[in-house]
Amino acid sequence: MSASPSKIALVAVAAALAALPLVTSEFVTSFLMTRILILAIAAASIVFLFRYGGMVSLGQFLIFGVAGFMVGNAVGDSGSKGLKLGWDPWVGVIFALVICLVVALVLGALASRTSGIYFLMLTLTYAVIGYYFFGQVTTLSGFGGITGIRPPPLFEGHPWRLYYVALGLSLVVYVGFKAISRTPFGLALQGTRDDPIRMASLGFNVPLHRTLAFVIAGFVAGCAGILNIWWNGQIDPTSISIGPTLDLLIIAVIGGISYFEGAWLGAAVYVSANIYLRNVPLVDQIGITEARFNTVIGLLVLLIMVLSPEGIMGIMDRLRRGKREAEASVPAMARVGSG
Amino acid sequence: MSLARAAGSEAVGGARRRPELRRRILIAVAAVPLLFLLAWVLFFARGTSAGPAIAEPGEFLVTLLDAITVAGLFFVVASGFTLIFGLMRTVNMAHGSLFLVAGYLGITVQQTMVGKTRNIEPADVSMAAWFVPLLVGAMVAAVIGIIVQQVLLRWNEGQELRQALITLAVAVILADQMLAWFGGLATRMIWPGAVTHFFEIAGQRYATSRLFMLGVALVVGVSLWLWLGRTRMGMIIRAGVDDRDMVRALGINIVAVFAITFFVGAFLAGVGGVMGASFAGVAPGADGQWLLNSLVVVIVGGLGSLKGAVAGSLLFGLVVSFSPAYLPAAFTFYSIILTFVLLAVVLAVRPYGLFGRPA
Repeated sequence: MSASPSKIALVAVAAALAALPLVTSEFVTSFLMTRILILAIAAASIVFLFRYGGMVSLGQFLIFGVAGFMVGNAVGDSGSKGLKLGWDPWVGVIFALVICLVVALVLGALASRTSGIYFLMLTLTYAVIGYYFFGQVTTLSGFGGITGIRPPPLFEGHPWRLYYVALGLSLVVYVGFKAISRTPFGLALQGTRDDPIRMASLGFNVPLHRTLAFVIAGFVAGCAGILNIWWNGQIDPTSISIGPTLDLLIIAVIGGISYFEGAWLGAAVYVSANIYLRNVPLVDQIGITEARFNTVIGLLVLLIMVLSPEGIMGIMDRLRRGKREAEASVPAMARVGSG
Repeated sequence: MSLARAAGSEAVGGARRRPELRRRILIAVAAVPLLFLLAWVLFFARGTSAGPAIAEPGEFLVTLLDAITVAGLFFVVASGFTLIFGLMRTVNMAHGSLFLVAGYLGITVQQTMVGKTRNIEPADVSMAAWFVPLLVGAMVAAVIGIIVQQVLLRWNEGQELRQALITLAVAVILADQMLAWFGGLATRMIWPGAVTHFFEIAGQRYATSRLFMLGVALVVGVSLWLWLGRTRMGMIIRAGVDDRDMVRALGINIVAVFAITFFVGAFLAGVGGVMGASFAGVAPGADGQWLLNSLVVVIVGGLGSLKGAVAGSLLFGLVVSFSPAYLPAAFTFYSIILTFVLLAVVLAVRPYGLFGRPA
């Protein structure tokens, strides 16, 4: 990973994205790209948990939503629902992140005792319970949700500003997640993924490492959630219900769940498909309009899972490295997948 | 591979086998909140919608009946889920979709049989006009299930995550197609007229249809138990749950057994779907909700265990029925949290559920 071509590529991509607002329409920058980046940051936290910890989490979107609801409750004033604390936006950010960390710690501590497919099911349960929680607890939100939330003045005004915030955060998250792999914690975490028994007998606290990984991923998902409510201006429980929760996993799967680049790639494919599918010629004739978007996405995921569980990045990797070499390296999905 | 090891490590981690004394202390600690809950329900539950049980025995009885009848429905749906997982280690994320398909089809068939599409009175519905839709819905769910299994899951057996994501994609497609075919409005099935009346119990009126539902669930449960416990096929399935490779090595065609198990599991989802459509109605989103219900039941009870499904359904049914009735009126919104508390308590003591074992 420390090969310089990949660093050059990263700098080039970052520079291209930074220059993007100059050459594209405002819709592309402030709607399409910002949405892609926000979802990608959240999806990257799924990749982080899977790649280093071998955990497939469906709880990330819940924490994403918790951050949004907490910001909404903290900064909302008389016009909106929720607690209407009316705090300074920056205090709201700190408040939301602290709550996210606490929630991630509790949920992670409970889930860290399970692994594999059990972890997936338990985190899915978290997600659905979270949806009902925010729906039913009207002091915090209720099904109507919280509206009228504005970002701090620094990020408000020009639509480019939030885009650059999302781009900056994307870079930090991407580089940070890659850097964690070389820290002692990251190495131990990957050890618990590959052989938890050996790690336990070497004296590592396996559940603690898993919990901490979940907290880190929760922090990142929370940051994305804060950006999301600034960008969206509102949040309601339906936006964190089971459908969007699964969509986030689908984004990670489309891109390639063990590649960090895959999170951004998957988000780009998902969001662009959502918006531009109707423009594809002949699509109307075969009855697939944007109303049947989920069928298209489902078929895409099905195709990817049948052909290459490693997603688009996996396919690209295989093409680039040639068939022989790719076969030699065992894909992570097969490693975790075989019970 | 690493999954098996990961699971194994839990066994090692937990294998600082707690001494008997510590275990007893743990049980005692767990018993305190339970006793508190019992005392609350019996004596102190003033200001709740039900009132203390000694003052309002009728309310208590009705809540208990609610809990048991809804647990019957939970069991029917979750037993199919746990059966498939127990034998094949496949987490069928499309289980809720099969539930919903059967529910919608049951409603359609019933409307055709009765001859009206709206305002169906229970008196119009004969026993046949309920059981035929039940069978049709469940059969279609079972056929969809077996197609999914044969086409998409047969060749990647053992790759749990890949299978879970494949069934997830199937669930997304089915949900979208059902929205296209059946629309977005909530609809419901009608119970047969013969069971749609009320009877008096401890001064409270209670719907016979709920007892009918419990009866159907009991029939399903007992047949399942007899099938698994008393027939050759059931014996093979139970052996397969314990050691698939050994069953295969003995010359048994486990591929056929897998197919039959998936068929039965999907059939049970379908039976549950028609019951659920009569009990609470169906609408887009019910698939996710019933997948959640099945997940809670099997996470609490333990995946792959029929006993676990019974225990999980009962506990979940108790929580679902008692929390809105016995939480103080101002806090009934929080009843969903008690579901989470149930999960947390069970998982903290037994990470793989009450009757579950590491994979």
